[in-house]
Amino acid sequence: MDKSRFIESIRKASYTLYRMSPMILGIVLLVGLISTLIPKSFYFYLFRKNPVQDAFIGAVIGSISAGNPITSYILGGEFLKQGIGISAVTAFLVAWVSVGIIQIPMEGMVLGWKFSLLRNILSFFSAIIIGIIMGIILGL
Amino acid sequence: MKEKKKKHFSRTSFYFLGIIVSIYLILAILKPGLFYSCLFFSLRLFVRLIPIFALVFLLMALANYFITKEFITRHFQSSGIKKWLFAIVGGILSTGPIYIWYLLLRDLKEKGLGNGYLATFLYNRAIKVPLLPVAILYFGLKYIIVLTALMVIVSVIQGILINRAVPVK
Repeated sequence: MDKSRFIESIRKASYTLYRMSPMILGIVLLVGLISTLIPKSFYFYLFRKNPVQDAFIGAVIGSISAGNPITSYILGGEFLKQGIGISAVTAFLVAWVSVGIIQIPMEGMVLGWKFSLLRNILSFFSAIIIGIIMGIILGL
Repeated sequence: MKEKKKKHFSRTSFYFLGIIVSIYLILAILKPGLFYSCLFFSLRLFVRLIPIFALVFLLMALANYFITKEFITRHFQSSGIKKWLFAIVGGILSTGPIYIWYLLLRDLKEKGLGNGYLATFLYNRAIKVPLLPVAILYFGLKYIIVLTALMVIVSVIQGILINRAVPVK
């Protein structure tokens, strides 16, 4: 084992967690606010237990959100606890990690605009499809 | 020295945290009861996450050690189904911010690697091995296994579609 590379790996991991810490702290506090202040009836109003419609809404929210996947896990897990269906939560999670609206300009410049746009559009629709399939497999 | 400090955190993170803390402060003044309820909920959540983050840290360090750019480039030289497999595994195992990988992917594209493989690689970056403990904590092992399998299948379908729609000249 290369000792200096190992120390560098630990340093990089520490730095990543350190950089993420304000966002994680903010998200934990936000989850506390949302879970306490927003009544469950709001979620039932937004998500109507129609897997296709719910998956679409979940994918839209996931696509316009950005940040580390841990954030989406924490939010998605709390959404599930609030009674939101698997289809919506899954579409939200998948869109969060696979659709990169913020990165499109850079991705387009480096790898090509047609590639970048098509990839993100396909990722958006695949988030909906995966959400619906997960809902069917694991119960709506 | 000041400039170095600025690079540690993104401004967005701090603005976000600042807004949330401000809401808590307003709540503490106007509705102390609700403030304590929100704070205790968050504290319980935070305590639950501590051991998970220890595991995440360990997995991130291991991924940083074993998965390098040279490792990725070397394995993309293989052919046929192996290339698809490597696009999947490489995407899952790659760490760090996405923009670091764009440049490597451009180089590989210039060497003739199809756009579809790049798309499959990028899609599988959504599956983060070091973060799986957090995902399992929230969604359970069964959910994560099914979701990961579906995402891998979809990544290959997306790759095939992109290879046809945007062929490398």
